[in-house]
Amino acid sequence: MLEALLLLPLLAAALMMLIARATAGRTLLVAAAVAHAVLTAAVLRRIAEGNPPSAFGGLLAPDMLGGLFLGVASALFLVTSVYAVGYLKSEEDLGERSHMKTGERFTNAPERRFTACLCIFLSAMTLVTCTRHLGALWVGIEATTLASAPLIYFHRHRESLEATWKYLIICSVGIALALIGNLLLSFAFVAKGLESANEAADQLSLLLRLAADVAPGGPAVPWLKAAFIFFLVGYGTKMGLAPLHNWLPDAHSQAPSLVSALLSGALLNCALLGILRGHQILIAAGLGGFSAQLLLFFGLISLAVAAVFIVGQGHYKRLLAYSSVEHMGILAFGIGLGGVAVHGAMLHVLCHSLTKCMLFLLAGNILSRYHTLSSHDVHGMRWAMPFTTVLWAGGFLAIVGSPPFGLFVSELWIFKGALAQGQWVLGAVYLALLAVIFVGMSVPILHMIQGTRPADLPRATREPLLSVLPPLALGLTVLLLGLYVPQGLRHALSQAARTIGG
Amino acid sequence: MSILLLLLFLLLLNNLLLLGTDRLAGMNRLVAVQGCLLAALLICLDHVIIGAAILLIKGVGLPLLLRRTHLRIGAPSSVPPHLPYAAAVLAGMLGLVFALWLEKQLPLPQGFFPPFLLPTALGTLFCGLLLVIGRASALSQVMGYLVTENGIFLLGSPLMSAGAVWFELTLLLDLFVAVFVMGIAINHISSKFETIDVGRFRSLRD
Amino acid sequence: MNGVYFLHLALALLLAPLFTGVINRVKAKVAGRHGKPLLQLYFDLFKLLRRGEARSTSTTWVFAVAPGVGLAATLCALALLPLGGAASPLRFQGDFFLAAYLLGLGRFAMILAALDTASPFEGMGASREACFSALAEPALFLCFLTLANIAAGAAGGAADAPSLSLSSMFAGQAPAAWLSGRAELALIPVALFALLLVENCRIPADDPTTHLELTMIHEAMILDHSGPNLALILYGAALKLWLFAGLTAGILLPELPFWPGLICHLVAMFALAALVGLVESVMARLRLIRVPRLIGGAGALAALTLILSHVR
Repeated sequence: MLEALLLLPLLAAALMMLIARATAGRTLLVAAAVAHAVLTAAVLRRIAEGNPPSAFGGLLAPDMLGGLFLGVASALFLVTSVYAVGYLKSEEDLGERSHMKTGERFTNAPERRFTACLCIFLSAMTLVTCTRHLGALWVGIEATTLASAPLIYFHRHRESLEATWKYLIICSVGIALALIGNLLLSFAFVAKGLESANEAADQLSLLLRLAADVAPGGPAVPWLKAAFIFFLVGYGTKMGLAPLHNWLPDAHSQAPSLVSALLSGALLNCALLGILRGHQILIAAGLGGFSAQLLLFFGLISLAVAAVFIVGQGHYKRLLAYSSVEHMGILAFGIGLGGVAVHGAMLHVLCHSLTKCMLFLLAGNILSRYHTLSSHDVHGMRWAMPFTTVLWAGGFLAIVGSPPFGLFVSELWIFKGALAQGQWVLGAVYLALLAVIFVGMSVPILHMIQGTRPADLPRATREPLLSVLPPLALGLTVLLLGLYVPQGLRHALSQAARTIGG
Repeated sequence: MSILLLLLFLLLLNNLLLLGTDRLAGMNRLVAVQGCLLAALLICLDHVIIGAAILLIKGVGLPLLLRRTHLRIGAPSSVPPHLPYAAAVLAGMLGLVFALWLEKQLPLPQGFFPPFLLPTALGTLFCGLLLVIGRASALSQVMGYLVTENGIFLLGSPLMSAGAVWFELTLLLDLFVAVFVMGIAINHISSKFETIDVGRFRSLRD
Repeated sequence: MNGVYFLHLALALLLAPLFTGVINRVKAKVAGRHGKPLLQLYFDLFKLLRRGEARSTSTTWVFAVAPGVGLAATLCALALLPLGGAASPLRFQGDFFLAAYLLGLGRFAMILAALDTASPFEGMGASREACFSALAEPALFLCFLTLANIAAGAAGGAADAPSLSLSSMFAGQAPAAWLSGRAELALIPVALFALLLVENCRIPADDPTTHLELTMIHEAMILDHSGPNLALILYGAALKLWLFAGLTAGILLPELPFWPGLICHLVAMFALAALVGLVESVMARLRLIRVPRLIGGAGALAALTLILSHVR
């Protein structure tokens, strides 16, 4: 089952490269997404039953933590693949055109290469979330970088190329540092007779077992701490933790919206998983306090940096990108707090991914209608595209953590966690930053919604179903999660949270 | 043992030369030499299969790929760096001193690292990072990435074992694909911007 | 022991002009010419010594004294150096400082003389000479420090071991050490050879035979000298070349008994001369702004050796 999960998207990618017909490629994309989602559901069910599947001699054997991230990635991929059908169709009709800002003539990358890269990207994320081998995890994360770089450069103009190059170099070098973390973990246990950690397929269990024997103040302690620092810096670069987030707004603003949606909703989580694996081992070694402190610190820094850049941001896709930095900060903050906040963080992973994916897809709709990325030039959205506007407003309320939505619940849990730990000051700082971000985001977004329709824009026509149904589905899910978390999901979340100190 | 020491020394020398070289073609040759040295080192340490694979990929394949890219885009032979060459060499030297100091501080079991391997690995790593940060041309950034990876490989060489060859080979494959993708990106950069000086990438900012 | 030393010193004084002759002959042969006689510099020196001297009316006593000071300084520096494996009778702790600054004193005198002529060309040459030698000095000291460090290591790290004199630095060498895993030691001769080229105004740092005043460094400085004073300058330059070649050869050669030692020393010296000739034949002169990179490279090699030799 897991073999199919990993190889199916690769097979689909190979087929896409062979088949020239665009419609066939799009059908294949949706088919692969559906098949992947079905298989994922089956895998998740078996994990929940306490009978996790395993493949390739134990190399792929997801636990609940990985399973949660796998589920998110698969669900988002399904939604975006449906959106992609309509998007690619309209892109095909546009053909060669001028860049809206610089006027440079550009074309798109070949569509089948785009869809194939999407599938490879999915496969790499599957590897990351399913494996229990930290080396394979690393390979998977590097593979996501390589597969998603061509996705960012779909619109072949200078700005997207610049973003792609920054993404490639910064993330590749960053992730290379995470590999040092892997090595340091092994060095820590060399004295205990660990010959080669890479031979064990279930490396994580082996390391957890060895870590459990680590004496406080023993020779392994500095190695483990150093390893976590390298994980944090390496995967943190990819995850967009400030101050290593520089590539993120550029890549997210230049990529096609559905790619931004996947990057923000699924890829950042995968990088977070890398850090969490390190956190898991440090907790087992009794050093959870150290890693938690670091996570807490970088979480708050990210929140603060995001707040600074969100206020006055005049580029609505960059706005969403900085909001991703913010939410990654919240996740790190919540996980660093420990206890009930970790449960909140797990729910937050889910809700943030769904909401951010929805918002990026809607941003794609706005871009295709208004042909500008500046939020100052977009106004009167409620006259020009009413359905998208409703969703956009709902998504905005969700992402800033307003009550009926799931993010409110998760952010509240994290706040509760802070109070439960007696961290009053941190809790207050957290709330204050969230408030600043709320105001900072509401200004441009309300400006976009209100006002009069630009004179040169035709009146509202019917919006294509494929462009509004996927965000609608995501929005409804987030709303549902805010009102009611099903028993099974609640159970799964707490199971995932338990592995990382919740 | 003395061959090992000689190879490590040559690697260090190669690093400093890389930091001090301005010609892209010369840098590429040095990167190829470094790949060969790394391969020879690993073969000395009895990792024959990985050594051979590294020779093939890092000693021959990737340098040829980069050379072809360089020739095809007709890039200038050198691009002025962000970090002056003298400063880069000096920084590389300081990095080496730091690595040597660090080796003495680390609580490692006796004989785990062959003598001098750890500082060389860290020095190489640092040199690679300096190239990525200090050079403005896209090609030399890729070379810096390669050198960084070489350093990490060297650092991990005591952990390599016969049972995990698949893992090292996967890493190499990953690296190969990475450089390949970067090569394609450089082609595009050269045709879109008519330069490979990424110091001119300034259109995206807040 | 002193007898051996004085023999070597006498040989140095006698054979130094021949060194230049060998360089020129090698260059000529590589270029396919027959070339000047090997003893040309001796002829030149005798000829110049017999001539009278023409002096510009704008010059002062500085101009007249400088060549003598330069030659004397070089001679004193040479006398501090161990020659052919024999320690200098004048050695003391820290004599390498004196040697380096004696060379500096000679250069200072020449620069003053060049400025004294008030000729723009000579002033330009003097400024270039000052610039490059200021850069070369740290590199030279790095080489010396490395050698002292190795000598101290060889002496077992005893605090009172006399490792800071030139004689013990060179005596402390284990010449085959770089074959047994200490490859970094091979870098010091390379660095010293690069310094030899720079300090003695050879290609690629400077072209001793150029006719273009604009590109000259050392030759530009001595344009106004003539007669016996020019002879002193030429002889001093030859001695300085011998001195640097002696430094390089001193590291390369192992300790040997008297006769083989003497022969090896002379062979090594003239092999170095031939090498200089070859380098001059195959390399082009560097642009002036690139010369500091050559010196910096030599310094970097020396620093690398210092770091590595300190650790091992």
